[in-house]
Amino acid sequence: MTVLNSKIPAGPLAEKWSKHKAAIKVVSPANKRKLDIIVVGTGLAGGSAAASLAEMGYNVKAFCYQDSGRRAHSIAAQGGINAAKNYQNDNDSIYRLFYDTIKGGDYRAREANVYRLAEVSGDIIDQCVAQGVPFAREYGGTLSNRSFGGVLVSRTFYARGQTGQQLLLGCYASMNRMIGQGKIEMHERNEMLDLVIVDGKARGIITRNLVTGEIERHGAHAVVIATGGYGNVFFLSTNAMGCNGGAAWQAYKNGAFFGNPCFVQIHPTCIPVHGEQQSKLTLMSESLRNDGRVWTPKKKEDAIKLQKGEMGPNDIADEDRDFYLERRYPSYGNLVPRDVASRAAKERCDAGFGVNAEGKAVYLDFKYSIERLGQDVIEARYGNLFQMYEKITDVDPYKEPMQIYPAIHYSMGGTWVDYNLMTTVPGLYAIGEANFSDHGGNRLGASALMQGLADGYFVLPYTIGDYLADEIQTPRIDLNHPEFDKKEKAVNERLQRLYNVKGSKSVDSFHKRLGNIMWDYVGMARNEEGLKYAIAEIAKIKEDFYNDVRIPGDFDAMNIELEKAGRVADFLELGDLMARDALNRNESCGGHYREESVTEEGEAKRDDDNFTYVSAWEYKGENQEPVLHKEDLVFETVELTQRSYK
Amino acid sequence: MADKVIKELTIKVWRQKNAKTAGKFETYKINDISGGTSFLEMLDILNEQLINDGQEPIAFDHDCREGICGMCSLFINGRAHGPDDDITTCQLHMRKFKEGETITIEPWRAGAFPVIKDLIVDRTAFEKVLQAGGYISVNTGGVPDGNAIPISQDDAEEAMDAAACIGCGACVATCKNSSAMLFVSAKVSHLAKLPQGRVEASRRAKNMVAKMDELGFGNCTNTGACEVECPKGISIANIARLNREFLAAKIKD
Ligand SMILES: Cc1cc2nc3c(=O)[nH]c(=O)nc-3n(C[C@H](O)[C@H](O)[C@H](O)COP(=O)(O)OP(=O)(O)OC[C@H]3O[C@@H](n4cnc5c(N)ncnc54)[C@H](O)[C@@H]3O)c2cc1C
Ligand code: SF4
Ligand code: FES
Repeated sequence: MTVLNSKIPAGPLAEKWSKHKAAIKVVSPANKRKLDIIVVGTGLAGGSAAASLAEMGYNVKAFCYQDSGRRAHSIAAQGGINAAKNYQNDNDSIYRLFYDTIKGGDYRAREANVYRLAEVSGDIIDQCVAQGVPFAREYGGTLSNRSFGGVLVSRTFYARGQTGQQLLLGCYASMNRMIGQGKIEMHERNEMLDLVIVDGKARGIITRNLVTGEIERHGAHAVVIATGGYGNVFFLSTNAMGCNGGAAWQAYKNGAFFGNPCFVQIHPTCIPVHGEQQSKLTLMSESLRNDGRVWTPKKKEDAIKLQKGEMGPNDIADEDRDFYLERRYPSYGNLVPRDVASRAAKERCDAGFGVNAEGKAVYLDFKYSIERLGQDVIEARYGNLFQMYEKITDVDPYKEPMQIYPAIHYSMGGTWVDYNLMTTVPGLYAIGEANFSDHGGNRLGASALMQGLADGYFVLPYTIGDYLADEIQTPRIDLNHPEFDKKEKAVNERLQRLYNVKGSKSVDSFHKRLGNIMWDYVGMARNEEGLKYAIAEIAKIKEDFYNDVRIPGDFDAMNIELEKAGRVADFLELGDLMARDALNRNESCGGHYREESVTEEGEAKRDDDNFTYVSAWEYKGENQEPVLHKEDLVFETVELTQRSYK
Repeated sequence: MADKVIKELTIKVWRQKNAKTAGKFETYKINDISGGTSFLEMLDILNEQLINDGQEPIAFDHDCREGICGMCSLFINGRAHGPDDDITTCQLHMRKFKEGETITIEPWRAGAFPVIKDLIVDRTAFEKVLQAGGYISVNTGGVPDGNAIPISQDDAEEAMDAAACIGCGACVATCKNSSAMLFVSAKVSHLAKLPQGRVEASRRAKNMVAKMDELGFGNCTNTGACEVECPKGISIANIARLNREFLAAKIKD
């Protein structure tokens, strides 16, 4: 029996949200002034929520670990944001965006949530334009669109290659207006390290002031987690260096179930790893696959020479090149979805055809489109990306193909939430990449920005009122409550424990070890044996970590190693849960590929009879097995089909 | 294409325990760095070395490592964001340095950006300037359709040019007066170029400039140094526009 209640409203799909909005409670302006809300995270999700809630009259406290709210990792999104505006008159609609998202997610997302996301998507664009986001425009002055991520319509809005930056600056500006008016209290360089629950309700957080090292208490009538994704569990990823799973992990340890932890997205076009000293991977926009052809050599001996640096790509004749995506997927070719393209690259490299010294890279070649369209056309389309590539690799992609390899990019999994975006802890909400909700097993390009802003501008500000309407009698939260004492002590002990190990190895060395295990066994292809091995290895790394980590510097001052240690401690546990979830889900689905569940041609095979559910894990205590709860996914509107890109 | 390996480098870096104590330069050696290593990865490697030697690693700001968040800073061999053009420190690679070279690394130096620790400075003065007016006063909801007000492509592009500022502070660090004019003018221009932002344009300019002065940023004497070091190519033409908006506000007063 499941304890999960997703609270999906009854009624026809297209009417659920409006009926729900009409039915839920609202808080009067006079009472909003008496209510405090903590928003952890200032990315698109947290920033838009903080600004909207403050404008409505609530008192908001916002937190981020960077030195400014506008540096959240949303800033790095390049490609764009989807919305069902149908400005291009290509028969786009709310239903079509909904359907594409459900199908793209390989039928592992909730219909009702995804429909609502598509429904509010248009309002997001209007809001951003009103804030001064300089979206690309046509000569006539209307908004431009492009198509993105293998869909049949043009619904992606963009601001050059910096859409995330411009959207974030838009909602940060709205936040700034509210900070200036005293409605948002902004706490920069301040990291949430625990959740405080009083009488079963989320009532505050414990943070560490990263400048002074002080442990702080913050109380509120509701807490919102908007802390982004956990891709950095793999050490190397396209996420920013500070991205972490910490806040979501503390929520989990305090009773919030964790949804689909094994669903992470691997992006096929990243700059490959060089050597062993790399700290971060760089994404090359997906749009490059529109004009680049992906290949590896046909002959093994050529591959070996490339690996040794004895020949270059231009020495290989066309007939000796294996355009493996075009060969395997004639109808979609180089434009197959991210998960398919990533696995195909891995397959070639595992077979020994990788093209760099490490044998872990394939070519993305623009020679053919330059011949067809001219260099000036390619330059106009991708000039800035080519320049970025050259700065990093010292190779001119106009003359020599780019080298690319898949890398971890996004986490579809996250804190489990109901239709109101509330977690299993009353008064605790999760929004943006931090929650599990809308992308199922795989996220479509340009949909994360949409989801973050949908949650923050148009969903949470309404649904949180339904909860807070019953809290208007609750006075300001007392920071001297014994639960705050207890949690502050627990955080101090946790950090002291790490600090006092005084071992011999750096935090990063453990993070790298964890990342290697995750990438090899919980990465692009997973199987039972490997996952069990990973669980055992992670336990060993964890043990070594607590016996041998070295954290120099002062405990109660700025201490970057201590910050990292806290995050790695959480990643070690999260990695374990990811492996367990992947082990349980014995089907291939979206970004999750189980070698035991494939078709005869080696393509992913979903198992709808046994796995049409969201896995929601419940924490049971240190070193205890977590308990799996299942939220069955009921599809009332769409019919489940196997994806095929042949 | 394989990058050369630099056998030895000398790193002279500013170390300062906190805002209250005085700082000084320390010198370290680092060996066998591939030219394909990024500058910040080189610092990661040096830090690993320091930790293994039982010393405290060098604190520096960084996050995205893709040149967009504006978190990284560093004055490298006398230049903000180091010896390459149109990039941030995190995009700088070691192939720009020579075998045996001594690399000097300092924090941003400006009265309005006090040092917090080592190479990390406090840039929250920028946020305070933004809070004084760097926005369009519009609430969530109840706004017109995105296509209701046409905006010419040229205006949208110009607004985007100015909006590309990443708020890193290199302009302030480079300016001999520690002026924040390039940063402030970028925000004012971005919003003033759009019909939605026009409504409050002069008020915005006035309030942001007043805040900037109050926070101890210096005056602009048009040296143009900021434009040269700005990683995002923000043009000093924006400063002229800010001055126009500011004057218009003064005339109204
Ligand atoms: C390189 C790259 C390119 C991308 N391109 C696109 C694209 O083109 N289109 C698209 O739709 N999506 C894209 N994505 C995905 C998308 O950018 C993210 O999923 C989305 O921006 C996440 O937003 P968020 O608000 O949930 O989290 P984030 O923007 O990651 O914000 C997290 C916030 O939480 C704070 N925080 C984290 N932990 C703590 C803590 N413990 N205590 C206090 N504060 C904390 C951080 O300081 C930050 O403010 C891209 C992602 C990457 C990595
Ligand atoms: S104007 Fe340029 S140098 Fe100054 S903060 Fe903006 S991006 Fe940095
Ligand atoms: S680390 Fe983000 S711009 Fe350099």
